[in-house]
Amino acid sequence: MKNKICALIALSLAAALLIGCAKTPASGDSTPAPSAPAALSGEVNVYNWGEYIDESLLAEFETQTGVRVNYMTFQNNEEMYASLRLGGSEYDVIIPSDYMVSRMIAEDMLEKLDFANIPNAALIGDRNKAPEYDPAGEYSVAYMTGTVGLIYDSSFIADGDIIDSWSFLFDPAYSGEILMIDNPRDAFGIALKYLGYSLNTTNKDEIQEAYKLLSAQKPLLQAYVMDTIFDKMEGGEAAFVPYYAGDYITMKESNPNLRFVLPREGSNVFADAMCIPKGAANKRNAEAFINFMTATDSAARNMEVTGYVSANAEASKSYAENYDEADRAVLFPADDELADCESFINLPQDILTLYDELWVSLKA
Amino acid sequence: MTGKVRLQGKLYTALILLFLYAPIFVMITFSFNASKSHTVWAGVTLDWYRELFSDKLILKAFYTTIAVSVISAAFATLVGTCAAVGLSNMRRRWRTPLLFVNNIPLINADIITGIAMCLLFVFLGGFLKFKRGFGTLLVAHITFNIPYVILSVMPKLRQLDDNLVDAAMDLGCTWQRAFRKVMLPEIMPGIVNGALIAFTMSIDDFVISYFTAGSKTQTLSMAVYAMTRKRISPEINALSTILFVSVLILLLIINIREIRQEEKQKKLLKIGGKI
Repeated sequence: MKNKICALIALSLAAALLIGCAKTPASGDSTPAPSAPAALSGEVNVYNWGEYIDESLLAEFETQTGVRVNYMTFQNNEEMYASLRLGGSEYDVIIPSDYMVSRMIAEDMLEKLDFANIPNAALIGDRNKAPEYDPAGEYSVAYMTGTVGLIYDSSFIADGDIIDSWSFLFDPAYSGEILMIDNPRDAFGIALKYLGYSLNTTNKDEIQEAYKLLSAQKPLLQAYVMDTIFDKMEGGEAAFVPYYAGDYITMKESNPNLRFVLPREGSNVFADAMCIPKGAANKRNAEAFINFMTATDSAARNMEVTGYVSANAEASKSYAENYDEADRAVLFPADDELADCESFINLPQDILTLYDELWVSLKA
Repeated sequence: MTGKVRLQGKLYTALILLFLYAPIFVMITFSFNASKSHTVWAGVTLDWYRELFSDKLILKAFYTTIAVSVISAAFATLVGTCAAVGLSNMRRRWRTPLLFVNNIPLINADIITGIAMCLLFVFLGGFLKFKRGFGTLLVAHITFNIPYVILSVMPKLRQLDDNLVDAAMDLGCTWQRAFRKVMLPEIMPGIVNGALIAFTMSIDDFVISYFTAGSKTQTLSMAVYAMTRKRISPEINALSTILFVSVLILLLIINIREIRQEEKQKKLLKIGGKI
């Protein structure tokens, strides 16, 4: 009896293994043969941020092109980068942020795009056609953009104070009412901008100076925050926080005292861009997908759902009509207002390490 | 005096319960909030639940999760039960170290299991030309579920009188029949509990799924995690509420079953005592 039971166990274990293995290769079968440019088929694997698309567009792309979309989501750039670096992933379209695009270009992780297949790329606004993170404009098509500015609650503001500068984040008069972004790159970026430096500086003295400014600011802070920014500002708990223009529009619905300003020292303009990772199996489909997402109609619908500003100039111009004048000025700043603004790009490893060290000692 | 102590005890219990359940209560409450805020109450709505059920990505992730949990729980129950029967028939010299090995994955951090499996799948995938996907996800879930089933079936086997099976076979049963008619009904409660535990474990696993699901499959917990980029959408509250309630119901079923079994056994013992 014992032997038979042992045999049964061995058998079921073997069956488990077999089923497990037999199932896995099946998912790889669907890789399509290289298709002629006219007719598309097969699939495209898209890896995007969570809640960053009008999902009905995916079904529409499928019916229009006959290409099946596998849509996956990630939570941050580093997570996406890690899953590509690990190998064995098979994404065809990824949507990293500016600095991550430049890092992936530097590390030869992206394919050059064939713009003959992406005619809609011509609709992208001039600022985002050859951005700092992809100076030749060869590897990426910008998806959404936005600015970081100073959000403040007007009920806290003393008479006579005109809010137009980052200086208020460092102002002892508002001690205990200031919130700061809890993320090294953004926090240092603001300090560097206030000091008149580039937020992509590689000058260690400038970074040290920014560090001194941030450590002087620390006792004035109510908290370093990220997720709780919304709740704190909507609940009227703090006077100042640096954050994204698009999110200001959402917060304002719950707290009408909130205002947004793009400080005169300049700020950060972020962009998330569509790219194709090196060795993608369905490059042609990926380009068709990028083209589809860049079309004016898709761009407008994505704006509607996500609340961010599309890089498609035509779409953002027509969509701007949906907002009143004040909000329009916040969401769609004119190009000359952005003159002093920069996007993050990748930095050399020693600078990134310096950031990490200073950030740790700042928060300690 | 004792009344005072009793009151203090009750207060203490109430405080602990409050501490444990306040976050979940807040989460559930705000899943009905008309505004997106987690501080400002703007009236009651079911919009987030409606939105949740029209969200195709979430629904797809939900089906994946259910499929993985059900299939892996079923498989783990089968394999785990067989393993437990085998183990209980072994000499103690072998059984103890094997049970110890069985317990390691339970204590081991999920992240280590997850990364190890991920590396294994990537490594094997290179040779055998497969990619991580639903298959690898399923294998991973079966793997981490098996120890729970073994752990839940073993005690039942220990309670089982060895002579029962022998007696059945003496009386003319084949061993398969003895297993089916005598042993299986006796250990069934353990098997069912094991299956339920495996199912619950599967449903709420994030870390191991995250590393083994590959680029085309996403479970519910992974989809939720990706949605937390900036602010936690009330849709997530709604979803978490549903998950919490379903796990709660499952746990209640498990516990009620256990209590019933104990009562039944007590009754049997009483009858046995009278005879």
